[in-house]
Amino acid sequence: MIGRLFKFHGGIKPDAHKNESAGPAIQRAPLPERLVVPLRQSARATANCLVEVGQKVLKGERIGEPEGFLGTAVHAPTSGTVVDIARHPMAHPSGLDTECVVIEPDGEERWIEHAPFDYHAASREESLAWLRDCGIVGLGGATFPSHVKLGKGAGVETLILNGAECEPWITCDDRLMRERAADILAGATILRELIGARELVIGIEDNKPEAIAAMKEAVAASGHGVSVVAVPALYPAGGEKQLIRVLTGIEIAYGKLGGDYGVQCFNVGTAHAVYRAFAHGEPLISRIVTLTGNVDNAGNWEVLIGTPIQDLLPLARPRPDTDRTILGGPMMGFALPRLDVPIVKGSNCLISASPKLFPPAPPEQPCIRCTECAKACPAELQPFELYWFSRSRNFGKAQEYHLFDCIECGCCSYVCPAHIPLVDYFRFSKSEIWARERDKAAADQARERFEFRNFRQEREKAEKAAKLAAKAAETRAKLAETSTAETPAGEATDDPKKALIAAALARAKAQKAEVQPQNTENLSPQTQAEIADIEARRKVLAATAATTDAPSVAGPTADAPAAGTDAAAASAAPDAETRS
Amino acid sequence: MIHSPYVRKPVSVQRTMGLVLIALLPGIAAYAWQAGPAILVNLLIASLTAVLAEALAMWLRRRPIGLAVGDLSAVLTAWLVALSLPAIVPWWLTVSAVLVAILAVKQLYGGLGQNPFNPAMVAYCTMIVAFPALMSQWPALAGGFDAQLQLILGGARELDAVTGATALDALRTGLRTAGATVESVSAGPAFGVFGSQGWEWVAVGYALGGLFLLATGIITWHMPVAFIVALGGTAGVFWLIDPAQFASPLFHLASGGAMLAAFFIVTDPVSGATTPRGKLLFAAGVGLIVWLIRNFGAYPDGIAFGVLLMNICVPLLDMKTQPRVFGHREAAGGDQ
Repeated sequence: MIGRLFKFHGGIKPDAHKNESAGPAIQRAPLPERLVVPLRQSARATANCLVEVGQKVLKGERIGEPEGFLGTAVHAPTSGTVVDIARHPMAHPSGLDTECVVIEPDGEERWIEHAPFDYHAASREESLAWLRDCGIVGLGGATFPSHVKLGKGAGVETLILNGAECEPWITCDDRLMRERAADILAGATILRELIGARELVIGIEDNKPEAIAAMKEAVAASGHGVSVVAVPALYPAGGEKQLIRVLTGIEIAYGKLGGDYGVQCFNVGTAHAVYRAFAHGEPLISRIVTLTGNVDNAGNWEVLIGTPIQDLLPLARPRPDTDRTILGGPMMGFALPRLDVPIVKGSNCLISASPKLFPPAPPEQPCIRCTECAKACPAELQPFELYWFSRSRNFGKAQEYHLFDCIECGCCSYVCPAHIPLVDYFRFSKSEIWARERDKAAADQARERFEFRNFRQEREKAEKAAKLAAKAAETRAKLAETSTAETPAGEATDDPKKALIAAALARAKAQKAEVQPQNTENLSPQTQAEIADIEARRKVLAATAATTDAPSVAGPTADAPAAGTDAAAASAAPDAETRS
Repeated sequence: MIHSPYVRKPVSVQRTMGLVLIALLPGIAAYAWQAGPAILVNLLIASLTAVLAEALAMWLRRRPIGLAVGDLSAVLTAWLVALSLPAIVPWWLTVSAVLVAILAVKQLYGGLGQNPFNPAMVAYCTMIVAFPALMSQWPALAGGFDAQLQLILGGARELDAVTGATALDALRTGLRTAGATVESVSAGPAFGVFGSQGWEWVAVGYALGGLFLLATGIITWHMPVAFIVALGGTAGVFWLIDPAQFASPLFHLASGGAMLAAFFIVTDPVSGATTPRGKLLFAAGVGLIVWLIRNFGAYPDGIAFGVLLMNICVPLLDMKTQPRVFGHREAAGGDQ
């Protein structure tokens, strides 16, 4: 069991603003007119569409087939009709679009037949496949497929349930723990069993006493040996790496996953979804979303995946001076460029923002190297150094100073007395480095192709020359043979060159005859068919008669450049970042 | 701002600089109380010069003037220059020193945050090299304000009435006479309870201000502690070996600009080291150099030279002392 808590470096204590939305119980959001369900519901994987326009679907019916290692299934969030399958903008800082199934609900909420899944009777692989088929992904925000995370289970000692919820304003996990503690615990124990962990620890920030009490009560009632630990409220204590550090003292390096260190971490919402999937056979088709900020009716709603955000916002009654909507928390979220985008599995909070609530930053001042950012950085970086390197586009140096260990939590920007948007500089540098790596990969590929082309041309030239030489030698030998056979000798046989010319002329004549125009216009189809017949027979005869040379060299092997493409794609793929 | 985070701590460069100015007030009050109000006149001259010079430089560089002058960094530099100079130097010397600090050391390198050297210390060094005589005349403790003002305005320097030797000076010259010991020299009028007569209370004022800066988190403990330990420790070792030739650590810490340096000069973030270990090495280096110059150098005090010499080492110190990054077992910097 957890003896003592550890500390992570830095961290900040912004105003929590949890009270605004933590009071009221979770309500069910009304059915929207249309649901826009993206087929890309888990990180880096898009499902194969299983439905057609016009098709009737039931609630929970599978509409997307998991594809690839990271794929998870996608389900209809309610019963209705598929009215469109098209690309649709997503909740993304630049409004990227993805393939979506648009469903018009029939209002009946008719479920597809579903039954509990007895994981005790099934093999571990079958259980993981069930999770995949239920569309279970991490609900903390990263939407990493849970079955993949569990798949690396070997050697995991400690399973951590993340109920820290350190971002200000967000309360969806808080409400879920208060109201459905037993379900979360049941899901967590399933996860523990699947991963084979000895220990289960639930970490909750100490600013949520009700949630801590509820979870403790559920643990006491269940009789499981589970520790519920109150961790000090210090942003970003809910970051996966930070929570693992606080609870176990283990530090997970950049690019590594918890499994490599014998510890694995799941969000409480994910545990709840796991419980629904196993105990009720329900796929993941809804999640809890906090609506808060500059609103009169803040709270938490259970929202169907695919609900357009603009249909959801009025529930909280935003005030008139609301000027934008932030998805996620104020530390790591982003202002939505458009509101006709759907709620997805990772959408945890919508904050209605006003200039009064989130005033624009004062003008940027010069960095005075006060090291406040370094003191606040939970990754123990020197953000001001990274800032200087980013500003001067010295990306190599930035990487040397561990730019990619930055988790973009925003602590440095928060504390900077010069109001420098440090995280923006780091995002810029990272994308710039990725772009350069892609360019480099592309250039490498182009160079490889060019070099291979040169090689191929050289080879073909050499082969052609060799073949010509061989042919000439053969002809010469043949001619020599004939000349020795017919000793009395015509003048042609004396001169092999002349013989060659004669042969070439004959070939040219034959070719000419083949392409000679035939008066085939304005003929009846019957005669045309006859002519074609005759032509075909002639050709066959000609083919058998001709002793033409061997087929030319096969074209360049297409494998080499293709292999290059694969390698480039693999190297360009950004690393997984799993945060809750 | 378009991107997250959308919330910010209510801090600013102006607030940081303002808090440092406030922290200087106890020291300034003790200064004016012990050595007369001439220092206040000098602070005023220095501040006006700094603001005008900063504004001029920003105008020439086509940068927003209000933002730069408003951040109070120029005023802070001016105060540190004025507090480093003897309070009775003529006005043009103060003005020159501030112009060197603001225009040459700060703005020519690109303004706030860009200067590799501590502006106030470069100004001090320039003046002590250019005007050694004027720079060695410190106000006598009971000097009248009228006479001090006369000197500041460039009047004839009838020195004995208004200037007095500082304890560091007295010790330096005193120890050169044959047979003199620290004890015999310390019996002189320049010496006070534990430092320089009168100035020891100014040092106490600076130390109080320094504690305020520590409490508000403007500075970390690394620099003051390392400086004090290095200066006091070195002094202590030699004092124990030969108390006749070497002054006590307490005397060293309470004399000259030691306390001003410990909390306000070595802690300059722009020109100093930034990593925790780098800060320790930087401030310890300054402390050691100060002791060396005080005992074996040509000048009575060596803070400015110590700071500038260590400023040169800052890029190296920072590079070699990069802290360990989360999840990485070894320290990040070093020999990559």
